[in-house]
Amino acid sequence: MSNPGQASTLSSATAGVGVATVHAVASSRSLKTKLRADHVNMVFGKGDQRVNVLDDISLEVGVGEFVCLLGPSGCGKSTMLNVVAGFLNPTSGQVKIDDQLVIGPDRRRVFVFQERGVFPWLTVEGNIGFGLFDLAESERNSRIKHYVELVGLQGFEKAYPRELSGGMKQRVEVARALSVNPDMLFLDEPFGALDSITRLIMRGELLRIWEAEKKTIIFVTHDIDEAVQLADRVIVMSARPAKIQKVVEIDVAHPRDISSPRYLALRDGILEAIGLAHKV
Amino acid sequence: MKRPAQVGSPTTTTRIGSVVLVATLLVAWHLAVRFQASPILPGPLAVLAGLWELARSGLMLKYIVASLFRVTWGFVGAALLAIPIGLTIGWYHRAELAFNPLIQVLRPISPLAWIPISILWFGVGDVAAIFLIFLASFLPLTLTAMNAVSSIPDVYLNAGRNFSLSPTQIVSRVLYPAVTPQLIIGLRITLGIAWLVVVAAEMIAVSSGLGFLIVDARNAGNRYDLVIAGMVMIGVIGLLLDVGVRSLERIPSIAWGYSDE
Repeated sequence: MSNPGQASTLSSATAGVGVATVHAVASSRSLKTKLRADHVNMVFGKGDQRVNVLDDISLEVGVGEFVCLLGPSGCGKSTMLNVVAGFLNPTSGQVKIDDQLVIGPDRRRVFVFQERGVFPWLTVEGNIGFGLFDLAESERNSRIKHYVELVGLQGFEKAYPRELSGGMKQRVEVARALSVNPDMLFLDEPFGALDSITRLIMRGELLRIWEAEKKTIIFVTHDIDEAVQLADRVIVMSARPAKIQKVVEIDVAHPRDISSPRYLALRDGILEAIGLAHKV
Repeated sequence: MKRPAQVGSPTTTTRIGSVVLVATLLVAWHLAVRFQASPILPGPLAVLAGLWELARSGLMLKYIVASLFRVTWGFVGAALLAIPIGLTIGWYHRAELAFNPLIQVLRPISPLAWIPISILWFGVGDVAAIFLIFLASFLPLTLTAMNAVSSIPDVYLNAGRNFSLSPTQIVSRVLYPAVTPQLIIGLRITLGIAWLVVVAAEMIAVSSGLGFLIVDARNAGNRYDLVIAGMVMIGVIGLLLDVGVRSLERIPSIAWGYSDE
């Protein structure tokens, strides 16, 4: 349930909303800016049905950075991801990638859906090669082979998704996205449907791939541990309408010791922020 | 017994079971006809003799071909028109809202109610029968295609857009494979309807085909052995048509649509 008192804040967005607004401007490590979102607002519905989903969100993501958007379920973080990926147009505000306005989805930045996004009518090979339609046959095949190996699906090239486990389908999904060699990946709770062991393995795999391929990644999750394990920076979002509540830089090198005091302190700081979000 | 999954796949035991059941019913039929007074209703042996007579005279082949010819033209014509139209209507949500009342009014009208109008338009002959089959197939196929499109998960279309597919590629590489399993179910059901309708149409509008055979056999001296022989042929061919369309459901790029997931 959104707070009805918040409905009127839309018009004041440009005038600077309350004290809670934090703009997640690039970290002190001075990376070159890859993505920049300026004062993004999103309102769904009309008249009495209006729901304010995103409330003046500004953020910057550096080249090669791994950023997690963390927030409670239904807070609007997926909406934000859909806006930066070009699937949704914001009600106001704008998103720029490489200094170009985002006007729609693009092959240079691929959205990794949950495992359900894998095409059930194509084999593993067919799915991974889906975006490679304008390549020559031999180039296409060698790319497919490379990414089949990268995600460890050798021997399953001819298998159909229904013959695969959830974790394997998620690998296909990731490989399909990577095969077109995008420079950004958007992941929307990609491991949410997996069991906890597979989820841990997949996080390790994703980090391995990220380090090998140096993509800029925006990863949406509601799992605090997942965010702290993966990200360079965690952007904590409030309940709807989503605002950026806190930005936490995870200054722990990979592989991360998840029982180190620094890790635990960072995690507890985020927990506290989320706890406050629930009390609003 | 505990596993309902076994229902769809007959084991040897259930196969023997159905053979025994059919044999028992045939014997019962034979005995019932033998010990009754009326000489009109034939027994299974007389029907068999009737089938043989039809086969030897060449009428069997001629009538089957005539019926299949009409079904093919009516059904294929309807499929070629209804599927693209249904997919288009389903794709544009507003078009679906506009067409829906019309479709809902036309749908409960039996195709047979169109017989007078089709004879008025096309006279007695093949075209009238084909038109009836076309009508009977058109609406169910349009509805199937409409529903199939609107039930495509957004995630498939978004994935297609994300890989910068052109609209034509979205249709051929995402939309078409996504709707195929449901279309095949629709084609199967509709082909069954078309086969029902052709028999009725042939009883009235033409002078060949399996439907005509049944009416003709009765009118020409109460040949009920040929009436039932015609019914048997209709049943067997209907079954074969269904098995034929069903075999498509086992193609791997289509079979996903029928799994439990």
